[in-house]
Amino acid sequence: MTRLSDDEAGMLAGASGPAAALSMRVILAAARIQGARRLIPIASAHVDSCLYHGPSSLDFARALVSGGGRVRVPTTLNVGGLDRSRPDLFAGPASHGEAARQLMDSYVEMGCQPTFTCAPYQLPGRPAAGTDVAWAESNAIVFGNSMIGLRTNRYGDLIDICAAITGRVPHAGLHIPENRAAQALFTVEQDALARVDADLLPALLGHHIGRRTGTLIPVLDGLQAVPITEDWGKAFGAAAASSGGVAMFHILGATPEAPDLATAAQGKIPVLSERVTGADLNAAHRQLTTGAPDERLGGVSIGTPHLSARQLRSFAAQLAGREVRVPTYATTSRSVIASEPAAAQGLEACGVTIIRDTCTYFQPDIMDPGGAVMTNSAKWAYYAPAKLGCTVILASQSDCIESAVSGEITLAGHYG
Amino acid sequence: MADGSLLMAGELILGPAASGPLLRLTEPVSFWGGVDEKTGRIIDQHHPQFGVCMAGTAMLMGAARGSSSSSSTLLECVRLGTAPAMLLLTERDTILPVGVAAAWEIYGDGPSVVLLAGPLDAHDGERIRVDQLGRIYRSSGIAADGRA
Repeated sequence: MTRLSDDEAGMLAGASGPAAALSMRVILAAARIQGARRLIPIASAHVDSCLYHGPSSLDFARALVSGGGRVRVPTTLNVGGLDRSRPDLFAGPASHGEAARQLMDSYVEMGCQPTFTCAPYQLPGRPAAGTDVAWAESNAIVFGNSMIGLRTNRYGDLIDICAAITGRVPHAGLHIPENRAAQALFTVEQDALARVDADLLPALLGHHIGRRTGTLIPVLDGLQAVPITEDWGKAFGAAAASSGGVAMFHILGATPEAPDLATAAQGKIPVLSERVTGADLNAAHRQLTTGAPDERLGGVSIGTPHLSARQLRSFAAQLAGREVRVPTYATTSRSVIASEPAAAQGLEACGVTIIRDTCTYFQPDIMDPGGAVMTNSAKWAYYAPAKLGCTVILASQSDCIESAVSGEITLAGHYG
Repeated sequence: MADGSLLMAGELILGPAASGPLLRLTEPVSFWGGVDEKTGRIIDQHHPQFGVCMAGTAMLMGAARGSSSSSSTLLECVRLGTAPAMLLLTERDTILPVGVAAAWEIYGDGPSVVLLAGPLDAHDGERIRVDQLGRIYRSSGIAADGRA
């Protein structure tokens, strides 16, 4: 049974309006599943419910808006169904585009900030380590817990806005420090690191670990020689949260709660211990590559999750003013574009389409490739075949860009 | 084993008494990107049960995999009538139950959600019934609301 404070009981009884009461009922259903005895306050929220999945998305948002729904804590928004600044890029049915736009608007109406990015950790003013938050979007959750040290469970659509409206979540899971201990030790063999392109290492490793670790929190050893940047952690976490249900990872000597194994595992012995070989990484590459090198190149998509400022600059620098010959997409946020106007303009001058507010793999309304698509994102490679019906070649950023310029699949990297 | 035998006392979290043929997921699935809400079929080509339809089933599963949009996909499945009849959970994972809670709020309809106490001794395709107290039976052909 979940005990409620007077304030929480008031919300449940309708004192803050019907939307807050509805939200509290959803939070309490989750609390019951998790066996939480109480709720805790959150400092902020990141809401994914603004992506349109059908009329039910709007039915739910409208119930909240008409019930006086208003967020109680600072709340950022995840990607929506279209680029609000470029309606011309939306090729789907007008009614679908209109519904996606209305849904994005209704969340802004509830007081959420129109950030529309899947990488809220790249926005200014992100919360500090140890803060309880309610983040949705699988890649943001795993990044927040692992790379920043935020405390969030794997919140999904619908509960995210309920948490933002009530300012409460169940006291359970990763909000409790004891539940953040590493449980599965993965030791990466040193020769495995040389077997794959450095740019793809986090994607391939993330895909492999996501499939192997199940519901256990993984800790990685053997990466001491690899610079674990935020972009590295982003690619790794997005891959692991697509192929598995990973909400948190530790990397020894790199992530904030893992200075050493004893600390990361909180003194316990990991229940699973495995080595990661070069063959494992090569297998991950084969699983994510559904296209063949002799296929027609239908396009290139870079930026899942949204490109950081550094990645946008790197993309522009590597393209170096050359024109692309196939549809090429760079996906990022309004915030990053505003901070890197020169890189963004440079890419557009080369024929690259910059997509903000959304992503390219949700539906063919934005990208409808007539051939295999190259990407350096394991998450894109994981979802696009089912969502877009295309084949995918997972390759390094360098190979993706050179292929975009030549108009043909050009593979220079090591892929096993 | 006789028909109608009690298999387990589970905990009914959401919804009323319900029944359906058991569908045991051998691996977790991400509803978003992995399930077609129009048909209720698993469309994740990496999943061992690719092509299987979950509409109307008593779906037994561990934690949901992948996307946190899966709550929305399940809500859309309820709207379109392609959702399972019940979710039998072995893990305390909230992604799908939240979609169910929203469905009951918005549509007054949805799967029942039952938290299992341990392994369920039943085969795929066997009809499973849960009553209002969360007790799980092999169904003896009695309807979910208790009437013959």
